[in-house]
Amino acid sequence: MLTFIAKRMIQSVLVMIAVGLITFALLRFVGDPISNMVGQDTSTAEREELKEALGLNDPFVIQFANFAKNAVKGEFGLSYTLRVPVSQLLSERIPATLELSILSALLALFIGMPMGIYTAIHKDSWLTKLFLSSSLVGVSLPTFLIGILLILLFGVMFRWLPTFGRGEVVDLGWWSTGLLTWSGIKSLILPTITLAIFQLTLIMRLVRAEMLEVLRTDYIKFGRARGLSMKSIHYRHALKNTLIPVITITGLQLGSIIAFALITESVFQWPGMGLLFIQAIGNADVPIMAAYLVLIAFIFVAINLLVDILYVVLDPRLRTTVGD
Amino acid sequence: MENENNLNRWQDFRRRLADNDIWYSFKHTPMAYISAITGITLIALAVFAPLVAPQNPFDLASLDLFDASMPPSWMDQGDPRFLLGTDDQGRGILSTIFYGLRISLFVGFTSVFLSLLIGVSLGLISGYIGGRVDAVIMRIADVQLSFPAILIALLIDGVFRTVASKEIHEDLALYVVIFAIAISGWVQYARTVRSSVMTEKIKEYVQAGQVIGLGSGRIMIKHILPNVLGPVFVIGTLHLALAIIIEATLSFLGVGLPPTTPSLGTLIRIGNEYLFSGEWWITIFPGATLIILSLSVNLFGDWLRDALNPKLQ
Amino acid sequence: MSLLEIKNLTVKFPSRKGDFTAVNDVSLSVEPGEILGIVGESGAGKSTVGNAIISLLDPPGYVSGGSVWLKGERIDDLDENLKSAIRGKRIGMIFQDPLTSLNPLETVGAQLIETITLHLDIDEKAARARAIDLLNQVGIENSEERVDQFPHQFSGGMRQRVVIALALCSDPEVVIADEPTTALDVSIQAQILGLLRKLCEDRNVGMIMVTHDMGVIAEITDRVAVMYNGKLVEIGKTDKVLYNPTHDYTKSLISAVPRPDKKSHRFPLVTYIEDVKERPEDLKLSDMWLGKTRDYEEFDGPMLQVENLKQDFVVKHAIFKRNHKYFTALKGVSFDIKQGEVFGIVGESGSGKSTIARCVTGIYEPSGGTVSICGTDLNKLEDKSRQNYYRRQTQMVFQDPFSSLNGRMRVENIIAEPIIFHKQATNKTEVKKIVDELLETVGLGSNAAQKFPHEFSGGQRQRISIARALATRPRFLICDEPTSALDVSIQAQVLNLLKDLQEELGLTMMFISHDLPVIRQMCDRVAVMQSGEILEIAETEALFNTPQHSYTQSLLGLMPKFRTVS
Repeated sequence: MLTFIAKRMIQSVLVMIAVGLITFALLRFVGDPISNMVGQDTSTAEREELKEALGLNDPFVIQFANFAKNAVKGEFGLSYTLRVPVSQLLSERIPATLELSILSALLALFIGMPMGIYTAIHKDSWLTKLFLSSSLVGVSLPTFLIGILLILLFGVMFRWLPTFGRGEVVDLGWWSTGLLTWSGIKSLILPTITLAIFQLTLIMRLVRAEMLEVLRTDYIKFGRARGLSMKSIHYRHALKNTLIPVITITGLQLGSIIAFALITESVFQWPGMGLLFIQAIGNADVPIMAAYLVLIAFIFVAINLLVDILYVVLDPRLRTTVGD
Repeated sequence: MENENNLNRWQDFRRRLADNDIWYSFKHTPMAYISAITGITLIALAVFAPLVAPQNPFDLASLDLFDASMPPSWMDQGDPRFLLGTDDQGRGILSTIFYGLRISLFVGFTSVFLSLLIGVSLGLISGYIGGRVDAVIMRIADVQLSFPAILIALLIDGVFRTVASKEIHEDLALYVVIFAIAISGWVQYARTVRSSVMTEKIKEYVQAGQVIGLGSGRIMIKHILPNVLGPVFVIGTLHLALAIIIEATLSFLGVGLPPTTPSLGTLIRIGNEYLFSGEWWITIFPGATLIILSLSVNLFGDWLRDALNPKLQ
Repeated sequence: MSLLEIKNLTVKFPSRKGDFTAVNDVSLSVEPGEILGIVGESGAGKSTVGNAIISLLDPPGYVSGGSVWLKGERIDDLDENLKSAIRGKRIGMIFQDPLTSLNPLETVGAQLIETITLHLDIDEKAARARAIDLLNQVGIENSEERVDQFPHQFSGGMRQRVVIALALCSDPEVVIADEPTTALDVSIQAQILGLLRKLCEDRNVGMIMVTHDMGVIAEITDRVAVMYNGKLVEIGKTDKVLYNPTHDYTKSLISAVPRPDKKSHRFPLVTYIEDVKERPEDLKLSDMWLGKTRDYEEFDGPMLQVENLKQDFVVKHAIFKRNHKYFTALKGVSFDIKQGEVFGIVGESGSGKSTIARCVTGIYEPSGGTVSICGTDLNKLEDKSRQNYYRRQTQMVFQDPFSSLNGRMRVENIIAEPIIFHKQATNKTEVKKIVDELLETVGLGSNAAQKFPHEFSGGQRQRISIARALATRPRFLICDEPTSALDVSIQAQVLNLLKDLQEELGLTMMFISHDLPVIRQMCDRVAVMQSGEILEIAETEALFNTPQHSYTQSLLGLMPKFRTVS
């Protein structure tokens, strides 16, 4: 079991190195870092000097090592357009994105799972049909359109809820939160729903599919033949077996919420990392792009690792060695 | 003789079709045939856009700023020439939708085709050959899976923007978007095909081919490939809806197709700026078209998945 | 009043082509302490009877008529709650596959305790004691310790014992066992059957044993019911039904079971079933393409020489090759097959017999040793066309009729592929003619050519598989368990076909099977295998009459003990 986790950790590190290489290549070879830093009138000699000072003449491996060292510390240099350290820009924006993403993830999980279980157990009820057809609509609706529709409905027509920004934010020093003011909470409602709908339908359909699969197995039939109650069959035997594959995919999905947030942020002008990234793409601001990429990859890898460990804890077939 | 043979084959085909469970399920599932009819109608409208659109929105000479921002024809100040109203440039919304549909569908189909081609080939090779080749391909897939498709597409687009000048970028935007979406989607095909190939390749019909002496290439393409294509069609259909949505999203975010070649997403983006001033029709009609399109494709794909999976019946 | 009584039971499965009647007006009863066998071939409806008794029919099946009575009480029309109170408590059930019958995420103890506390009014601690006691009774050693283990820590036979323990949790009055030993090897099978018999007697339980296997019926049942096409055709004391059947179907079915006691020339055909088909009497292979003299070089010596053949499989990959974990399927086997001989290989699952076939045909590359066909080691042969020349001479018939044909190809193309690949015909018309002839030869008729494999039954598919193997005009045919997936009646037809072809074409044959009676009927010489080694090679009759190795003796001892009337 320990070797399994160690193996997974090594794999995670390898993935991070690969992502690091890609972002490094981005930083180094896409656009010219020097001309992005200095004005038109800088002489060739000065440029060379700067190049030397920045270590751009060092061998590739050393440059990459330096990049990696800085990346681990969270330093990705100055933004080309804003002239501010990228780390500072990102850390200002992280709370906004995380608050939005985590709330959406919780919403998607706590509504999507029960809906999935319900639709698997009550295969033919009208509520199941309703859930299933609305879930297809949910998958077919692009996130940005959901946002626009919600804005039109609750912002423009009824004027109940704010449609852009975070509202009033309380600064806790290391974290700025919108959860402590009434306007902050109101501002969160529409973006959270927008971001959650797609994931919610996905989780629901996944749980349903897995559970139906499990309900067809022999051990469920054998359980019924032993007279076990439907409650025990569904919630004790089927649910546990359903959750194992669901955990992996759900974990990945929740990770992707943070990346998906960029669409929602763009629609609601939410001051998070995603909005920053979109603006960076428009402005060809490579350091911000690189930093965002590494951060997202890191979150993904971390979640993945967590999921793998959870897997081992839950599944006895991985936990114990085969006897006789 | 030849004719009779063809007739026999046709009758044989008819008999097979009547016997076919998938065709039966199609005929008896309203969701399936309604979505298929809707989808085909939209494709036809897109293909014949120059013939069916009331105006050509890209003919600058025919545009008149006096026609700008008109509401749909059934509302006050509406104009019977413009059924769904006009945008800020005086273009008829209905016509821009037909042309936008054309671009959205073109991007959708080509990127799905490319994605499928890359994914299926790599999956087939990975699953059949195994070993190092398999390990390398699957590790790349793993790394890519760490990022959602939309982010990969955004990134490819962003890199291209940085490298190319603005003019080149506008000209090539369409192909960059297609490439970006294709690259962002191949992993799913590759993984599915690979796992199907791994179960197929140990089956005895493959061994029978080996005993006859057939080469690996022939076995892969002639024997294994046709047996793993079922799920590929399902993924392809669902991916078509996703590709159209990704393109719309990119264009909406302003990093996809420029206003000179507007897709549905670009139209929604343009309209979004007028949402608060009450000109909702500029956004809502392209948006509704996009929803109907992706919904009909998704419904069809959903039915196809159930129909191809005999366990669910 | 019987313990369990079924009256006029009819079960239907609706489909879009109308209702399919799986069980048609079946009546039978079971007494305490008695084992009633229900025997029949696939599709006879025997498992459906078992499922219908406890109201667990696979959807969309439903009982459309008749009734089920337990000790004089009607149980099939109770509501779901009362039914599940009977299931497990008064009627226990044992399914076929022990590997999938247990919840993999819970310890066997947890599953036992849940079932015990559900049905008996005792606390957790007493239930645990009972669970351990039950495990002891079904022959699991160290049960105190093993009760806390997970299902994957038990072997197949042990898991089936756990399943039996679960079925006995609350001292049921009736146990229904649905093919309980089919997934197990012969030696384990004998133990499980013995256990069931003993439990039945000790506890005075009435048991219904659903099986396709006449050997199992003869071994442990008191009475037997024979089913065909949903109908009960005959029921009576086991001895009487087996040795003095009255119904035509039963007669022909029993006569088709391969005889373990002596070799007969042909298998009697099951004439009662509908799709019985033999190739036309007047078919003369000598007039056909297949019967023409083959263009192979003549040679002296054996057709196949296998020397010290070894085969390892990597079971666990590691980063470095030396850290790979291997499973040794073949530990160095050697044997020869003479020209024109039928050579049998017999052994239990995992003994390595199929691996030999795959090494000989080039599907696997051997890890060591040599395989020579017609005196030539193919693995050392560089010349591609020479390699194909030898490949063409060796063909194979596979075990699974469902996966051995490519479902996406028409039968015509399946059979034409080897003909075209090995350039056995010059044009399309000629290929077509050969395909038609081959289909006639295997008894399918040329109108099979345009169909797809899924339109055929298992036995018919096996004929297609044989036609494909013959399409290169081989002189060496390998048959890997060619009939183990088939019903007895179909098996008899396919074996007859193989015998005829072997004789008329003078084929050399390697015949692999786990079934000793089949081996006895088919082979001239036999090799007995266990765990990747050949223990004994002998002339068939000598092997069956005077087995030398102790393992062979024990295998022969486990053969079904019933003799047919001839």
